[in-house]
Amino acid sequence: MKKYLLLLILVLGISTLLAGCGTDTENGAENNQGTEESLVKIGMVTDVGGVNDNSFNQSAWEGLQLLDKDLKGEVKVDFAQSTSDAEYIPNLTQFVKAGWDLTWGIGFLMGDHVKTVAEQNPEAKLAIIDAVVDAPNVASVTFKEHEGSFLVGVVAGLMTKTDKIGFVGGMDIPVIARFDAGFTAGVKAANPDAKIIYNYTGAFDKPDLGKAAAATMYDQGVDIIFHAAGATGDGVFNEAKARKDAGQDVWVIGVDKDQSITFGDDITLTSMMKRVDQAVYRVSKELVDGEFKPGLIQLGLKENGVGLPAENPNIPADVLEKVNEFKQKIINGEIEVPSEK
Amino acid sequence: MSWLGILSDLMHNTIVFSTALILAALGGLFSERSGIVNIALEGLMIVGAFTSAVVTHFVDQSLGGSPWSPWIGFLVAIVAGLLFSLIHAVATVSFNSDHVVSGVALNFLALGATVYLTKIIFNGAGQTKTLQTVFTKWEIPYLSDIPYIGKAFFTAYPTSYLAIILVFVSYYVLWKTPFGLRLRSVGEHPKASDTMGINVYKMKYIGVMLSGVFAAMGGASIALTTTSNFSHTTISGQGFIALAVLIFGKWNPFGILGAGLFFGIAQALNSLMQVFELTKYVPVDFIFMLPYVLTILVLAGLIGKAIPPKAIGKPYVKGSR
Repeated sequence: MKKYLLLLILVLGISTLLAGCGTDTENGAENNQGTEESLVKIGMVTDVGGVNDNSFNQSAWEGLQLLDKDLKGEVKVDFAQSTSDAEYIPNLTQFVKAGWDLTWGIGFLMGDHVKTVAEQNPEAKLAIIDAVVDAPNVASVTFKEHEGSFLVGVVAGLMTKTDKIGFVGGMDIPVIARFDAGFTAGVKAANPDAKIIYNYTGAFDKPDLGKAAAATMYDQGVDIIFHAAGATGDGVFNEAKARKDAGQDVWVIGVDKDQSITFGDDITLTSMMKRVDQAVYRVSKELVDGEFKPGLIQLGLKENGVGLPAENPNIPADVLEKVNEFKQKIINGEIEVPSEK
Repeated sequence: MSWLGILSDLMHNTIVFSTALILAALGGLFSERSGIVNIALEGLMIVGAFTSAVVTHFVDQSLGGSPWSPWIGFLVAIVAGLLFSLIHAVATVSFNSDHVVSGVALNFLALGATVYLTKIIFNGAGQTKTLQTVFTKWEIPYLSDIPYIGKAFFTAYPTSYLAIILVFVSYYVLWKTPFGLRLRSVGEHPKASDTMGINVYKMKYIGVMLSGVFAAMGGASIALTTTSNFSHTTISGQGFIALAVLIFGKWNPFGILGAGLFFGIAQALNSLMQVFELTKYVPVDFIFMLPYVLTILVLAGLIGKAIPPKAIGKPYVKGSR
């Protein structure tokens, strides 16, 4: 009896200990504080996608890393990763309470949590990507994803050989609806005959679901899939890679970052870049310069907040020309891209 | 697309999702047949998935994209699962601790430890890098050319074939060999087995260790086929669904095969219903719920009486009355 109690306590103790360590490294917020008083400290909290999501969390972190490089010795940056939505508030609060100058919440899913923390800590400065938080100490950055998605829709519409195009979404939330709506409009503008197959996987962190969705679509004769599903979209790339290796002619259009860097030019047709990195960089820089402005910041094609990567080796020149035509029309206001499905 | 085509697609995806469930449930089978409740299947799968992803990543890097790297990851994962399951064996067999409590502790330990280690190994990131080389689907020559059926049954990941082969192997071992008879007798009536000269503790240890081996294979098969990485969500509930598969399958390998496919369908329907625009009729949220609703229904006894091994969950103390 005694023996097994002891063992149990031991096992439980070890697991708590390990879990405890996990949180500590995760939020390195309090490391080396005393010596770095003069630094401007900027922290970010990822959503459940994680910092290696090959998508917007990673992009945001790259923005902060670039800032750290450019302003060596002036800033200190760090991130905290959330493993469930219950961790958003603790993670945000940890940065705020440790006196960090700016705390980023990355992603729509964190909207309410950023609002709560902002209201509880009126003296702190926060910023959020992809959601609008109405608080006097929060800067909200949103993107006109529909404008960028329209352009990749044009690419897909012009380049599909089967006239079947796929769209894999994460959750059915307003941000993803903007991708969906813009993409649909773009495809229809370029190729009215094309059929689009939609699939919402219900998760941003489940590559296995993305892979199954992509497999089913490719089996239906789809040759180009646009994903707006964070890490779930990794599964779409994995499936495309397997099929490309087997000699099938399939493509993926990436999202948020230039995903050809991660997944290679042989499967990545192009990407709908959402310059989260630039937005994070810009707002953080403003803070360092003492010009931080709370409120809504909206970035579209005009502001270069969304769009295609600079290099598109897989897109022929005539298609690119067409894309640029549309781009100009959107910027001039000749085309109004719908933002709702 | 014809209905036959849809069915063939459904079957194809079902096998993909069932593989890990069948493997883990077979693990549960060996453990529970020896009388040890193994609620730690989830944790063992996590250990398997983590080990396979990390090992494959580094082997792949040093070998420069060798097709053998996922196999090496798979084998190391099996060893890791075996070692991890030893904790459960020591706690429950040698120290007579409560099986459920030990299993729950192992589940926490597995998730905490692997996420922690991932963060250390990959510079604070919560998931491993995307694996460059993973298992690809094998097409069985000739058979895979059969229309519909070829796509449904003869184009699959190597791990899926392995799972189905192991179903037969498990049946043979448990019901046709002296070892299997001994293992089962220990789970039914350990005292009688002891009288007959069977080493009860050794049998139980073997049962738990085999469950570690199989569950780790299940976890690794997810990381190395569908997700191509490991994160804290790679294994989220599959271990518990595997337990449901074990019960639904009535502690029998062929039952497990059928039950595993049944739960696989629930997952496969998810993407298929949307692609074929059936979600016009059923809200998609209901399809997301399906695997979990089925699990509850099955465990609530909707499938008729499932009879577990008789001495399951009871500690065996030599010489006690």
